[in-house]
Amino acid sequence: MKKQFPLAIVFIAGMIFIVQFFSPAFTPIQERFTHWYIVVAVFAFVLGLANLTRLNLQKIHRQQEGWIYSIPLLIGLAGMALCSFIFGIEEGPFVWLFNNMMLPMSATMFSLLAFFVASASYRAFRARHKEAVMLLVAAVIVMLGQVPIGSAGFMEHLRLSDITQWIMAYPNMAGQRAIMIGAALGVVAISLRILLGIERAYLGED
Amino acid sequence: MEIANIPFWDFFGVWVAALLTLFIFSFLYKDNPFYKFAEHLFVGISAGYFVGYYYYNVLLPNFWEPFYYQGRYEYLIAVILGITILFRLSRKQAWVSRFGFAFVIGCGAGINFIAYLQSNALAQIYGTITPLVSLVSGEGGILVDWKNTVFNLVAIIGVCSALTYFYFSKPHKGFLGGVARLGIWFLMISFGASFGYTVMARISLLIGRMHFLIFDWIETTINVINGNIAIGSTF
Amino acid sequence: MGLVKTMSSLDRRIIFLVVALAVIIPLLLPIGLPIKPTAPVKAFYDSTELIPEGSYVLISFDYDPATMPELQPMAISLLYHCFSKKLKVVMMALWPQGPQMADLAMEVVNQQLQAEGKPLPEYGKDYVNLGYKSGGGLVIIGLATNFGAIFPLDTNGIRISELPLMDKVKSAHDLQAVFSLSAGDPGIPAWVMVSRMAGYPTPPQPGETDITGKMLILGGATAVSAPQFYPYLNTNQMQGLLGGMRGAADYETLLALPGTASEGMDPQSIAHLVIVIFIIMANIFFFLEKRQEERKAT
Repeated sequence: MKKQFPLAIVFIAGMIFIVQFFSPAFTPIQERFTHWYIVVAVFAFVLGLANLTRLNLQKIHRQQEGWIYSIPLLIGLAGMALCSFIFGIEEGPFVWLFNNMMLPMSATMFSLLAFFVASASYRAFRARHKEAVMLLVAAVIVMLGQVPIGSAGFMEHLRLSDITQWIMAYPNMAGQRAIMIGAALGVVAISLRILLGIERAYLGED
Repeated sequence: MEIANIPFWDFFGVWVAALLTLFIFSFLYKDNPFYKFAEHLFVGISAGYFVGYYYYNVLLPNFWEPFYYQGRYEYLIAVILGITILFRLSRKQAWVSRFGFAFVIGCGAGINFIAYLQSNALAQIYGTITPLVSLVSGEGGILVDWKNTVFNLVAIIGVCSALTYFYFSKPHKGFLGGVARLGIWFLMISFGASFGYTVMARISLLIGRMHFLIFDWIETTINVINGNIAIGSTF
Repeated sequence: MGLVKTMSSLDRRIIFLVVALAVIIPLLLPIGLPIKPTAPVKAFYDSTELIPEGSYVLISFDYDPATMPELQPMAISLLYHCFSKKLKVVMMALWPQGPQMADLAMEVVNQQLQAEGKPLPEYGKDYVNLGYKSGGGLVIIGLATNFGAIFPLDTNGIRISELPLMDKVKSAHDLQAVFSLSAGDPGIPAWVMVSRMAGYPTPPQPGETDITGKMLILGGATAVSAPQFYPYLNTNQMQGLLGGMRGAADYETLLALPGTASEGMDPQSIAHLVIVIFIIMANIFFFLEKRQEERKAT
């Protein structure tokens, strides 16, 4: 029951999607599984939410280091959720909070990486050997060729934009395709291992 | 001259957004309480946002609508499978969560098996099998398009050599080693191009935030101070 | 030779300051560098131009505010392009933040159309926002056979049977194009892979101008992920690609609709130039330092 039943669920669920690809006779059951999946996926989020809430409540209760920051986290969570239930998600405070708090914070958090990528370029991007030189030269050409300044002034004669387009369409495409094929074969193999019950890490410990 | 108007909540919102932006940028100097506050608030608000969307955009239309309004009681199976996932929170009963996870993982594995094999493996292999010599019809009959021929060769050699590099069943020595080395060069050019694009992406995000700070926050505030923009009296 | 040591271990905050200035100064003092559209963007634009007037297209908003400076200008330009061509637009999202991004883009497009004195698109008739759905690739599979089962309600809670536009869109087979504005997964890879698996109409061959019964798959991606989609372009699994803010700026140029992406090209150029100078400088100091060490050793 504890192991065999989940393994059977995995096999049946997976095989339905595979055989449906070859035979439309299985479409009705595949559709049903698809509709259920959409609902089940919500509970995966609920699990994360419950865990986040529990951890932060525990942190406050035990007054662990940095517990004070758990308060804005929980207030933000409860406030946003309540706003959605009281005022809806298409207008009112929910949208205001999204536009003026969630949106700027999310955008700024990732924009920090601009500074770190510049710093990393300065500190770590060294032409130590032949392969590194190729990486460095490709990066520099693409960086200049992808922006208008690469086609302005004297740089226009270097035709960096055209070289960039060529790098992207041929050597880059070839490298990306090799990675894509390799990764795809890996995914296919691991999917098969999961379906056949060979790969069981997702079951966790007994 | 007609004075532009900005609703109070919009103007207040711009200030809140600007302060939170600056709180996060303060991390560039060093980790500090303002950054930590904004970071935690962001996590909380995001989680609250997801609650709203999962409820209104998924649970109501995809469970409540068919279950309650259409009487399709088989949707209870989905909810039961979902509830089993929550048992992961319990130490003793965590095994119950396997049922829900098994369903999610099984469906995912089934889709991935076909989708990856078809689009990312077979279609890409098929795309690589192109004529080595590219021909075009011209005035003097059929001619060799040398430019395309060379470009196709680059692509074919690139894919094959890079795949050879990923082949670990034999040691990379002799001819195999040489081809694998060529593969590394193609991969390095790919990574270099990706790095160039990554720099572009990160700078774009910074431009977005700077644009907001300069034009939406500072410029609007200066205009309000100078009386070019009036703050709406209504909320 | 103290300079070499100092420059090799330059305080990162100085680098941060230079990068910030490289972005701020061109924003305040624009140079107006000309933008020449690249091939994948031209292919995107030309493919969209092939869609007959009155056709139904789907735009999937698969991103969040974190990538807004890159993808939001694409969304605005794309919606403007669609409404200019009188296409009927079905909006949806595989990311929870997507429906809000769609609403924000619609606000800007409405302002633009109003400024040009053009009629505004009507909700339910010219466009709909179906909202977010969890499940990624499975949602795409579900849409192949039945839109109504996956999206019984739109994002406002209105039954789709009450939306006239959705009378004509029963499954993916009623669509002429799918556009995915994607910041990761689920996004372009899911649309390309799963739509093929689920039996969506096949895309037109390159050079084909009559696309009746065919379905275009077009993408707008963040610059981080754009390079990995070139194999899809090569195999015609995708017919066009907007990559990052540059892709968005190219698209704005082709539409003659300058927006935030075009504005961003000057700071983008200067910042790239600064980073390239950093890399060159760092390598010069690296070699000087290496030479010093070699001399010391001998």
